[in-house]
Amino acid sequence: MANIGSYESKLNDFSWQIAEKELDYKPGDIINIGEYCTDRICRMGKKDKLALIWKGHSGDIKKYTFDQMRVHANTIAHYLSGLGLQNGDRICLFMDKTPELYFGFLGILKMGGVAQPLFSAFGPESLITRLEDAGTAAIITQKKHLSKVRKIVNDLPSLKNIIVVDYDGKKPLKDGETAFFIEKEEPIENYDIFPAKAETPSVLHYTSGTTGKPKGAQHVHYSLISQYISAKYVLDLNDDDIYWCTADPGWVTGTSYGIIGAWANGVTQCVLDAGFKAQSWYGFIEEHKVTVWYSAPTAIRALMKEGDEIVKEHDLSSLRHLCSVGEPLNAEAVIWSEKVFGLPFLDTFWQTETGSIVISNYPGMKVKPGSMGKPFPGITATVVDLKTHEPIETGVVGLIAIKPGWPAMFRTYWKNEKVYKSKFINGWYICGDRASIDEDGYYWFVGRDDDVINTGGHLVGPFEIESALLEHEAVAESGVIGKPDPVNMEVVKAFIALKAGFEPSDMINLEIMNFIRKKLSPLAMPQEIEFVDSLPKTRSGKIMRRVLKARETGEDIGDISTLENDL
Amino acid sequence: MSDIKNAILDYIKNEYLEEEDEDDINFDTPLISGGIVDSFSMVSLKVFLEITYKIQLPDSKATPEAFDSVNNIYELLNEFNVQ
Repeated sequence: MANIGSYESKLNDFSWQIAEKELDYKPGDIINIGEYCTDRICRMGKKDKLALIWKGHSGDIKKYTFDQMRVHANTIAHYLSGLGLQNGDRICLFMDKTPELYFGFLGILKMGGVAQPLFSAFGPESLITRLEDAGTAAIITQKKHLSKVRKIVNDLPSLKNIIVVDYDGKKPLKDGETAFFIEKEEPIENYDIFPAKAETPSVLHYTSGTTGKPKGAQHVHYSLISQYISAKYVLDLNDDDIYWCTADPGWVTGTSYGIIGAWANGVTQCVLDAGFKAQSWYGFIEEHKVTVWYSAPTAIRALMKEGDEIVKEHDLSSLRHLCSVGEPLNAEAVIWSEKVFGLPFLDTFWQTETGSIVISNYPGMKVKPGSMGKPFPGITATVVDLKTHEPIETGVVGLIAIKPGWPAMFRTYWKNEKVYKSKFINGWYICGDRASIDEDGYYWFVGRDDDVINTGGHLVGPFEIESALLEHEAVAESGVIGKPDPVNMEVVKAFIALKAGFEPSDMINLEIMNFIRKKLSPLAMPQEIEFVDSLPKTRSGKIMRRVLKARETGEDIGDISTLENDL
Repeated sequence: MSDIKNAILDYIKNEYLEEEDEDDINFDTPLISGGIVDSFSMVSLKVFLEITYKIQLPDSKATPEAFDSVNNIYELLNEFNVQ
């Protein structure tokens, strides 16, 4: 029997108080996520249970019990406090998926800091944009990423502390840089956690939009309520599970369900800190007898490409429950997973802003391959008209809208309350995704309602890439769109007009790709560049991305009455 | 042989590694599974190989396994008569 029981009956008797009660939380109590994921689990008699099984790319394996994780998080919290960092300070985690990343996240929360995880693949430009906006006070990183931090630190007056978790002493550290070794520090057995209340800020995740710079979605410690109960009901986590969430904590899935949801449920989880290879992924599941697997459509489709034979080379019989997140899971992938694993991947839908799963498929509920599923119990969702933002009838495409008030909802965009408020219309939070609802109440994803590119489950803002492209000496102007892709859903495509004196060539193509990859991130790197003489613009000079996209996909261009120039 | 391998290794060091790590890789170092080159960055590595060695690598050949070390890439290039 699944934890959720029957979805239909759970809809009738659900309230968030179920989660509050299970977590022994009452309104007004202290609710520090760091404490809930470590100390509380130890008090429940699980201190010797494995919390983390970690495997690095060279094959080394490290295992930590909940008690060891508790002490490591304490030690980091104590260290950060000792540096003079205080509650409310934004502390960035800029690391690969090392154990220190996970313990650091919990340690930051324990001392009352606001954890700001960023992808370690980010280049200096992506990094400075997010650190500057957040006024980040400290960054925890590895020596392999230190040079990127050094390139920008002088432009970040708020950044006072750079903590290197694996400093080897080969090159001298500079002012503001300190070496920290979790295994060598004096363990802090008891640490007085910061008495976080429900609305105390916890995590700041940056997300990209159509225009402007990335925005920091601010979450609070009360998000635990949603994350705990949705991990229990959707991921169906049980005490004896071995859980693998493949997401990087630079992405909200990697924190909401790669840290908080799983460990608040006291579940053992695995982390593979290595790049994607079908052989090593299947080997990892077999080696650690993974039972619950939460991954992304891009990875699932990449596994599909590798074929069925490689699956048969591994004993994957431990798997009992599979879920997917990041972008719509196509029906073919669901059918394929049933064929090769004997289990369907259940699609789940949510966003950085929602903080927890809001629409999903559930254990025991009939799966309609290709559907997003139904709203999570306690979530009131609908589809609203594109213009009036009023709920619309069954089968009609509109915008997914959620009634505000669920525990993990973001509380603001950091220093951008105006944009935050603009997301709420007619009493609904407007997700920015188009969908329809069928006669059985299932949601069907149609696409984004803006120009944001969803590549491999990650949102990339075209404006940020266009701005960076302009910094290349050869680029006069550019327009960036998401080009449909069979594996990544979309990939970044750039249309570029070169400055006089530069001619299109393979070499300049490669140079521009690498320029963006290093400046922003591999995700933002155009996978394809098309050189054009000029770009379609409105009379006010704004590049019309929808025209570029329509031209790329062969769709109707629509109203181009505001177009300044011919195509 | 070693000229080609060295050229690829130098390119990877220059383009994908930070200064601190440049001494740490060799012809056998796992590039994809080792997290040095991710699936998105594989595209620019593929473009580099195509431009440098004047070949067209079909997507079916440009797999994470084929790109997982300099030695693997060299073997792939051999299939296209690059020696």
